[in-house]
Amino acid sequence: MSTLTVQGHGVAHHDHDHEHHHNETFLTKYIFSQDHKMIARQFLITGIIMAVIAMILSILFRIQLAYPDKAFPLLETLLGRFAPGGRLDTNFYLSLVTIHGTIMVFFVLTAGLSGTFSNLLIPYQLGARDMASPFMNMLSYWFFFIASVIMMSSFFVQKGPAGPGWTIYPPLSALPKAMPGSGEGMTLWLISMVFFIASQLMGGINYISTVLNMRTKGMDLWKMPLTIWAFFLTAVLGLLAFPVLVAGVVLLIFDRSFGTSFYLSDIVINGQQLSAEGGSPILFQHLFWFLGHPEVYIVIMPAMGLVSEVMATNSRKPIFGYHAMVYSLIGITVLSFIVWGHHMFVTGMNPFLGGVFMITTLIIAVPSAVKTFNWLATLWRGNIRFTPAMLFSIGFVSFFISGGLTGIFLGNATLDINLHDTYFVVAHFHLVMGSAAIFGMLAGVYHWFPKMFGRMIGEKLGYLHFWLTFIGAYLVFFPMHFMGLDGVPRRYYSFTEIESLKQWVSVNTFVTWAAIMSALAQVAFLVNFFYSMFFGKKATENPWESNTLEWTTPVEHIHGNWPGEIPTVYRWPYDYSKPGADTDFIPQHIPFSQTLTSNLPHDFEDNPVGLEEHKNWVNTQKSNEEVK
Amino acid sequence: MAQIQQEKNKLNLTPKRFNMWVFIFTSFMFFAALSSGFIVYSGGKGHALNVILPDAFMFSTAIIVLSSVTMFLASKAAKNLQFGKQRLFLWITFLLGVGFFIAQIYGWYILTYRMGVYFSNPNASQSFIYVFSGMHLLHILAGLVLLIISLVGTYRNTPQVLNLFRMEMSSIFWHFVDIIWIYLYVFLLLNQN
Repeated sequence: MSTLTVQGHGVAHHDHDHEHHHNETFLTKYIFSQDHKMIARQFLITGIIMAVIAMILSILFRIQLAYPDKAFPLLETLLGRFAPGGRLDTNFYLSLVTIHGTIMVFFVLTAGLSGTFSNLLIPYQLGARDMASPFMNMLSYWFFFIASVIMMSSFFVQKGPAGPGWTIYPPLSALPKAMPGSGEGMTLWLISMVFFIASQLMGGINYISTVLNMRTKGMDLWKMPLTIWAFFLTAVLGLLAFPVLVAGVVLLIFDRSFGTSFYLSDIVINGQQLSAEGGSPILFQHLFWFLGHPEVYIVIMPAMGLVSEVMATNSRKPIFGYHAMVYSLIGITVLSFIVWGHHMFVTGMNPFLGGVFMITTLIIAVPSAVKTFNWLATLWRGNIRFTPAMLFSIGFVSFFISGGLTGIFLGNATLDINLHDTYFVVAHFHLVMGSAAIFGMLAGVYHWFPKMFGRMIGEKLGYLHFWLTFIGAYLVFFPMHFMGLDGVPRRYYSFTEIESLKQWVSVNTFVTWAAIMSALAQVAFLVNFFYSMFFGKKATENPWESNTLEWTTPVEHIHGNWPGEIPTVYRWPYDYSKPGADTDFIPQHIPFSQTLTSNLPHDFEDNPVGLEEHKNWVNTQKSNEEVK
Repeated sequence: MAQIQQEKNKLNLTPKRFNMWVFIFTSFMFFAALSSGFIVYSGGKGHALNVILPDAFMFSTAIIVLSSVTMFLASKAAKNLQFGKQRLFLWITFLLGVGFFIAQIYGWYILTYRMGVYFSNPNASQSFIYVFSGMHLLHILAGLVLLIISLVGTYRNTPQVLNLFRMEMSSIFWHFVDIIWIYLYVFLLLNQN
């Protein structure tokens, strides 16, 4: 990876022509583009395709859970040897669960979400012509693309894709002979993840460097939109956490292929004792969850940033508690590194250590609650515009609350003994990081669609998409809480074999139909998305009457973003409905000298000259009033 | 438009320099994770290292410290426009880097064939020696590539800004891999028993 960093330092790509008459071939414009806007769209569309694939996988295993004893000949036609006789193969079921998790967590909600919106918004909202290293940015996308292709190719190997779950715990993942899903599929999974991590590191380095070095004049850290704060802290999390996963995966690869025993001990396969001994599978869990827990915040924090921005714009109100929002993001970032043990309460962990992890975990509820409170307070008595983006943002907050509450249950070491590895966990994380993050991402897509494609996305289909998905997601995940409380374990192929779990089949059938409904709702989105891309209404420059800098750029994308000078920033991004102003929004690049009627003393906190001027102006106004 | 022209011609290297520092940070996290892994493993399993590290590692440490000194001299020469001297010290640094590589491999040879401390080992603490030094050698390879890029630059008519920039990149990275090895070596020495 270091050699790639080096190539990024070359100067070949510095001869960007900021004028219109440069030569671009199809290849440099659409394929190997180094333009942040194009790379953002590449990430988005790849992310959407991966999301659709992962969704189809989930429907497949949902059908199995709803009708465990029924044969669907169609499945055999579609899946061949993975569904002999029209029933899913047991090992393939595990592969489906694994690949669904992997794609959703990593490919959609990490790369698809941060990749799209960090690339799009960091240069736009900060007032930069492009990323710090456009070449590295391009590599980041193509590494992601290669990772996606390798992950998908594992469906075409003899034994099927990886099956040990997205957490790939050894010894299952370390022994190719353990089950079909631990064979070549697992190897491909590991190779794919190596590319994926390289992609994330290159992207993350770029995001951090751009945020810290390439802000336009006047854009100090406390004038940055919350989106940028969120992307920045997400990138920091990624850079601290992903190398730890690399360390864990490297040791796993040595165990798989080089006969070491970092994670392996006392293993018997088919009555044969393996030579590996002395290893500790718990070590892998430590390394994995040191990444894994920050990873869930890597997933949710960009969504938080997008939602904050969309909510303030569409409530026509400043975001409530801007500083508190930033500090709570920082708090989440720091805390996320000292809570990983709550995934390991039942590994025989020292109860005292469990207690420590429990306390740090519960403390995370504080910054999360601060954020939730601030979102609700932003909505309070706002002039709300219910655009599809706004609805998805409100949906985000709803899921974040209802999923977050169950997090307090699971964070308790004692309660977790009961709830660990049950459907309660499935319900919890699908609401709080699955649905919430997806809704944040969709809010972003609806809101910035005009900026990305120069056209408006259809509203009617947007509302349909929202309501079906919102209701559908609750119908899918809410019943799972009760299954979990009853002790129904996750990742089981069929519940008809176990007497006490048989009663849950009817609930599973209901959940499956709700899932099918939500999946069909996504068709509305796909149609809307691709139709609007080509035939939507032409967008204006600032369709949402928003304050941030990206809405000052021309609708037609140009290299370097702004045709002339980059605008200078004078104010924070949330001057909505300021008393005394002519309009209900004042963009960041409007100087205070042009908004005399709405200026307030606190606008000049670090500017004594301006404050003096302001006081003079106010006094003159007053004396004029008296004359009248 | 004039302003844009100016911006276009200006070579802004600050963000790229920053990229290098951020990358170093990720690398640091990687080694921190590996050594924490060692602590968790040997603490949890009660498997101590129980190996007297071969002398080769001591020599290699001396070599890489020396190479850091010559790298510093090369940078200094580049800043003082003494390009001959710069090239000489770069070559010495490069050769010392190769020497370090060989010394490490020799260390592995001693470990494996003379001491019977194998990579594939029921005591994974001992496997960790190979993982630490192997992963570090990958970084050395990257450092050598950077050194070559700087060296090639001195043979071509490179603008001084760029020459200095490349020197800075190589020296930041080279000093970093040096420090990482010292850290790993001291870490292993402290955990020897």
